[in-house]
Order: sequence, then C-alpha cells, then structure tokens
Amino acid sequence: MTADQIIFLLCALLILGSSIMVVTTRKLIHAALWLVVALFGVAILFAILQAGFLAVVQVVVYIGAIAILFIFAVMLTRKEMLDDLPGKSGAQTRSNDLLRKSWLPALLGLLILAGLVFLILGQPTLGRTAATMPEGVDTLRNLGTALVSPDAFVLPFEVASVLLLAALVGAVYVAAGNNK
Amino acid sequence: MNFLNDPITFISAWMRSLLTGWGLPDGLTTVIIYFIGITVLIIFAMVLDIMLVWVERKVVARFQDRLGPNRIGPFGLFQPFADIIKLIIKEDITPAGADKLLYNLGPVLAIASVIILWAILPLSAKIYGVDLNVAILYLVAAGALGTLSILVGGWASNNKYALLGAFRMVANMVSYEIPMVVVLLIPTILADTMSVQGITQAQNGMWFAILSPLALIIFLISAIAELGRSPFDLNEAESEIVAGFHIEYTGMKFGLFYAGELLHAFTFGGFMAVLFFGGYGGFFGLEKIGFFSWLNNPFVQAVVFLAKAMFGYWVIMWIKYSMPRIRIDHMLAFNWKFLTPLALVVLVNTAVLSKILAGLPMWGYVLGMFLSNIVIGFITVEILRAYGRKQRKAEMKPTPQNAQNQEQVA
Repeated sequence: MTADQIIFLLCALLILGSSIMVVTTRKLIHAALWLVVALFGVAILFAILQAGFLAVVQVVVYIGAIAILFIFAVMLTRKEMLDDLPGKSGAQTRSNDLLRKSWLPALLGLLILAGLVFLILGQPTLGRTAATMPEGVDTLRNLGTALVSPDAFVLPFEVASVLLLAALVGAVYVAAGNNK
Repeated sequence: MNFLNDPITFISAWMRSLLTGWGLPDGLTTVIIYFIGITVLIIFAMVLDIMLVWVERKVVARFQDRLGPNRIGPFGLFQPFADIIKLIIKEDITPAGADKLLYNLGPVLAIASVIILWAILPLSAKIYGVDLNVAILYLVAAGALGTLSILVGGWASNNKYALLGAFRMVANMVSYEIPMVVVLLIPTILADTMSVQGITQAQNGMWFAILSPLALIIFLISAIAELGRSPFDLNEAESEIVAGFHIEYTGMKFGLFYAGELLHAFTFGGFMAVLFFGGYGGFFGLEKIGFFSWLNNPFVQAVVFLAKAMFGYWVIMWIKYSMPRIRIDHMLAFNWKFLTPLALVVLVNTAVLSKILAGLPMWGYVLGMFLSNIVIGFITVEILRAYGRKQRKAEMKPTPQNAQNQEQVA
C-alpha cells in the first residue's frame, strides 16, 4: 500500500465517520460542525488528486460561507432536537418515530449506492493507477484559460455569471422592500 | 551546496544522509524531515508570538505616553515569560452549561487558523514552507477557519455576551471578506500569478504599493476588520458586551485567543509586505549590482522580510490605538456602500490599464498606474465631499423636527 492510498483511506474514513455523525448526533450545532469536518475531508481528497485550486475553493465556499451560515442559523434555533416530549421517554418515542419514518429514504439511499457501485464497476479505467502530473504544468492557469476560451467553457461560465448576478439583484430587491 | 546560501536544502540533505545512514527507509525519512520542518516553523512562529506581546505592550505604552513593561529584564524583555507563567497557573474555569469539547476547541482553532498561514509566508527565496500556486485563496480559506473558531468559542461559552460577540464577528467577517478578496486579485493581476514567491519576485523592479496605492489601503482596512481589531473590534467591545466572544475564557485559553490575535496581526503585516512592499526582495534592482549582492543572502532577506512585516504590524497597532470603535451600522454601511464598490472600480481599472500600458517602458507603466489610482482616489474623495455637503444641507433645512429641536435648544 502506498502512502497515497493510506491517506485516501484515512480521509475516506474521516468523511464517512463525520457524515454519520452529522445525521445521528442530537445537537444541531454538533451536526453542523461534523458537516464542516466532512467537507474538510473532501478538500483533502481534492488535494490528494493534485487539484489544489478545487481544494482551497472547497474550504472557502463550503466552510467559509455555507457552513458558517448553517452554524449562524443553527445558533438562532433550539439547542437540541429532542424537544417534542419532555423527559427521556420523549426522546425514546421520537427516535422510534424517526426510525419508522426513515425506511423509505434508507431504501432510496441503498438503491443509489447500489447503482453507483454498479456504474463504477463497469468503468474501463477501474484499477488503473493515476498518472503523475508532468512537471511544470500550471493547472490553475489551464483552468483559467479554459473558463474564458470560446472553444471551451466560456458560454456556461458567462451564463452562470448572469444567473448569479440576477440572483444578487433579486436579493437586493427583496431585502430593500417596497418602502418608496 | 552551502549552508549560508540555501540553509533549508542543506539541513534537509544532511538529515537525509544521517537518517538513511541509520538504515531508515527513504519514504519514512521524507516524512520525518517534513515533520521536523513543520515543527520548527511552528515553534519559530510561537516564539515570535511571545516577543510580539512585549512589542505590543511597549508600542501601546508609547502611544499613550507611558513607559510600558520595564521591570523584568532589560527593557522589560522578560515580562511576557512572567505573563505566560501567570496564565498557565491560573485557575481554569469551564462555565456551567458550556459545551466542553467545543469550548476547548475554540482557542485551539483560533491559534491554528493563524499558524497555517505561516505555511505560505515566504521568509526568503530559499526559506519558506510551501510555494502554493493558490496561495492567495489559501489566505482567504484560513480566514474562514478563524471565523469558525470565534463562532465555536462564542457559542460554546453559554453566555449571551459571548454569543453576541460571535454574531458581530460573523457580520464583520462575511462583509469585509468581499473587498479583501477583490483587492487580493490586484497583486494577482499585476504579478500574473497567485503564488507568493511569484508575487514577491514580480516586485523586484517596483513595489505594488506604488502601482496601486488604493489597493494597499483597502487591503489594510479589510485586514484590520478581519483581525477584529479597533476600530472594528465590535466582537469584543468592552463597553457594550464586556469582552465579547472570549468573556468566559480564563488562563492560557484566553491567552491563546490573545496570542492568536497578535500573531494574526503580525502575519497580516507580513502579507502586506509580500503583496505590496516586495516581501523579502523589492530593492528596485539594487541586488543585481555586484557590491549589493549580499542582499540575495537568504538570512538577509529574512531579516528584511521580518522588518517589513513588523512595519505593517506597527501600522495596524498605530490605527488600533488611535481610532475609536465605530458603530455596527456605520461599519456595515462603510463596507457595502463604500469599500466594496471602490475595490471593484480599482480592480477593473488595474485589469484594463495593466493590459493597455503593458507595451510602455517601465517608467510609463508605473506612472500610468500610479496616476490612475490618484485620479480614482481624488474622484472618490470629491464624491464623498459632495455627499457630506448634501447631508449637512438637508439637516440645515428648517423641517418641523429641526425647528422643534432649535426651539428646545433656545
């Protein structure tokens, strides 16, 4: 086993473990923070794949913006998720209730997992070791050029920019209200 | 290979030969050497941090016409060590109802978010942690962890003042991150790279502070906001929310927040030096002349870099100790209505002009960039002046309320 594989396995364990904690922990703020750990693990995966830009953007966007907003929203709500019924039995009933309701999502999740495994096993590139990046390739520069070159991704890039601008203008309009 | 010309490579080569001589495998040797390198860098940053406590106290004393620490050791130099012993032996209190794990995680994250910045800080051309090609974005990402530390610490303390401080910090960070990211693009455009080594070397002829002084000012303001120092220290406003997010922390846990803030300020001084003052270089071509070739020595470069970083730190202290705290609505309005539009204008100006003037000789390029910044600055000041005049006129107009006020005064 190479060092890369060891790091990958540790990282995968981290992501899976913290993802399970996100959905099982009873304190909302802990769930949000476990989500931060899971997203950080994904950033490490990007870094292992030599996609430094994606790794840093993952941290900036998901941890710096989205997770902070999650935590901000969570801090303004109740501390724990067992507030339906008082006492320990209340929590018990609630978790039973949760179990009864969650078989359908669990089934769907398993189906998606099975489908993904089936698809991945069918890939011809399965089991091939990743080629090492040739020396002197500036991935960031290539990405930047691809985003603005007409025969690559300039159209989706610009469409996404217009969409974001529209959302921004809309947000300002909604926030400003009709106080004219 | 010479120790004086390339110390890091020299030491690592020596250690590699030593460890492989003991029979360790090559992979393990690499891991051990990197681990030692990281540890040494962190220790350097932390020891520097101890001295920064002394520097901060001495400088603030001068600003306030006092002497500062002067009892322990020469010039009070050993005062920080006495402080550390005091902080460590203080009683460690965890407030009732606090979230224990998160409460202890807060200070650790606070100092970690600063120390990871040292990975990309280039002390000299040969002494640096790593030369990332996304270093500028890495700086922004580390700031996100800093926000997280304050949120976690503030929430876990189970105290309304701590929570209020954390809320204010988020409002502060989320808004001031935007002008900062925009303005970080300006050195990127001018140097044509995001790597800090590349940005430093691009300033060998001319500092970016001269090519774009407005960008420097905006970076300084948003850096102070990100640090949460005065005039943006609403997250720990003593007169309103006692001490803000770290109100419940005692002993060394508080000490870690404090040390983290000082080291963060110094680190931002360092980034100001790298992005705008040529970092370890930027001698305007002087280092190419034979007589001054000693300027290329990595140790000399490191001293130059630390001196420039200390200057940036001093400017941040200067502002902190001579400005009053501003109100939160003023702070947000200042960011959204003034700093962000100005940063965008400067960015567009730099992007367009640097391409137009690229064909000119060096002095024409520098003069064009500098004058365009002066023009933008002048127009900004004029717009502000006109706006202020309008506001004052509106207040002078005899409205019913004004008349009432004047009657009351009379």
